[in-house]
Amino acid sequence: MSGALSILVIDDNKIRASIIEQGLHDAGHDQVILVHQMDGLVRQIADINPDVIVIDLENPNRDQLEHMFQVSRAVRRPIAMFVDKADSHSIEAAVDAGVSAYVVDGLKRERVKPILDMAISRFRAFSRLTAELEEARTELADRKTIDRAKGIVMKSKGLSEQEAYDLLRRTAMKQSRKIIDVAQSLVIASGLLED
Amino acid sequence: METNLKPVIAGFIPLLDSAVLVAASELGFAEREGVALKLVRETSWANIRDRIAVGHFDIAHMLAPMPIAASLNLTSLSVPMLAPMLLGLGGNAITVAAGLWKEMAAAGADPGGDPASTGRALGEIITLHHGAGAPPLRFGVVHPFSGHAYELRYWLAATGIDPDKDVEITVLAPQLMADALAAGQLDGYCVGEPWNTAAVAAGTGRIATYKQAIWPDSPEKVLGVTEKWAEANPDTLAALVRAFSAAADWCAVPDNAPQLAELLSRPDLLACDREICLPALTGRMQLGPDLQKHVPDFLAFSGGAKAAPMAVHGKWFYEQMVRWGQTDRTAESARKVEQIFSSAAYRSALGLTDLPSENSIRMFDGKRF
Repeated sequence: MSGALSILVIDDNKIRASIIEQGLHDAGHDQVILVHQMDGLVRQIADINPDVIVIDLENPNRDQLEHMFQVSRAVRRPIAMFVDKADSHSIEAAVDAGVSAYVVDGLKRERVKPILDMAISRFRAFSRLTAELEEARTELADRKTIDRAKGIVMKSKGLSEQEAYDLLRRTAMKQSRKIIDVAQSLVIASGLLED
Repeated sequence: METNLKPVIAGFIPLLDSAVLVAASELGFAEREGVALKLVRETSWANIRDRIAVGHFDIAHMLAPMPIAASLNLTSLSVPMLAPMLLGLGGNAITVAAGLWKEMAAAGADPGGDPASTGRALGEIITLHHGAGAPPLRFGVVHPFSGHAYELRYWLAATGIDPDKDVEITVLAPQLMADALAAGQLDGYCVGEPWNTAAVAAGTGRIATYKQAIWPDSPEKVLGVTEKWAEANPDTLAALVRAFSAAADWCAVPDNAPQLAELLSRPDLLACDREICLPALTGRMQLGPDLQKHVPDFLAFSGGAKAAPMAVHGKWFYEQMVRWGQTDRTAESARKVEQIFSSAAYRSALGLTDLPSENSIRMFDGKRF
């Protein structure tokens, strides 16, 4: 085998798919095709004629994809899963990261391994990004709740903003709780009393 | 949480026949046997197979033919596996689009789902369509190595339809079947509950026949373990078998059906409407808009002798794999299959000494295996 490899990336998550695409481009693979939907995929696979297929494990259509490999006249070539069945480290890393790769025509391992490694590292990077985003969102929500709690204390006790915050903090310390938990209880309790 | 409980991680697919695993984990049956059972929901059978192969899961809810396919190296990431217990019997049905059912009914299909009658009617419709130059009907199953694929193929072939030439069979995830039928992408499918009832409830599908009529009391899902794990953890496996057997007995009590339906419908489990879980759990199947039929043991859970795997079960699945060209027949494979479906581990865990001697299997068309 020689020449450029064509790589088909099947991922419902468009952002993640384009992150993988970018990574593969940067690594010198310019034939990367993204597919988000499984409809009509048999024909697409025949048209695209990929050497490697990368698919995310959250995709409920993985069984359908494997079935296509078994029966479709469009994809007649032998299919190997992952890079090499014997390379258990790569397989575990891939499953851990949430990705699976199929080699369509028995390519040499050294040619495919970097592609799988790239997909794994991009999947991991994406998970980290998602986790960070979630953290940032939670932090923002927490800050809003604390602000509301401060407002309630200021209004009901006639305190300044700093005094209200200090009171919340002291209460939290006294009860060995987090300040956000105290603030949440206060907001909920106040909501109940208002109704 | 007690720390001396043995941790076991189990992969499952959100289907009614994950009930035994769910009950064992949620209702204390596993804990009572000293096991901390943690369930992990999966989205595809391929994921179940891969994650048990790389050791993410200790055990899994598996399609009965899967341990055979894995042990005979018929799919990627195969490892030698065992099926030490049946987790569910029956529970599948073959649903056709409402429009196709109308044609079948006009051709004399039995409304009660008799497989010989509905298959014959379908054959007539296929001949008519073929004569009119229409594209072949398309049926969905959940996996190439599944009871669904073999039941559908057996039913078609026994009634004179060639599953490879006269129809098209494709694979689709269970939860997507009803929508695919409604959208006209499929003309019918064979799937486990509640995904037949879902199409009947939506008015888009009609149950044509069901697993219990095609092959009574047949294995559907099994407990799947790798040979390696079973060898390294014999005590844990025995404890699990006892826990699952007790859980299965609980699931089999009709009075528990409402509680079980409530539990299974939870967002972290099947995430479906509680009402669509009830028909299969109670055996009161709504076959179509105007016909409810009581099918005893439509989906059966059972401890004791009924949940024991038997070599003849494995043999039937293996015969189908050979019949449909998925593998060649060899004496070596046949011997492996008998071991995979051996009842030895099950019997010793439960102290069962007198399992009924191995009966042969009787199919709806009178054939025996």
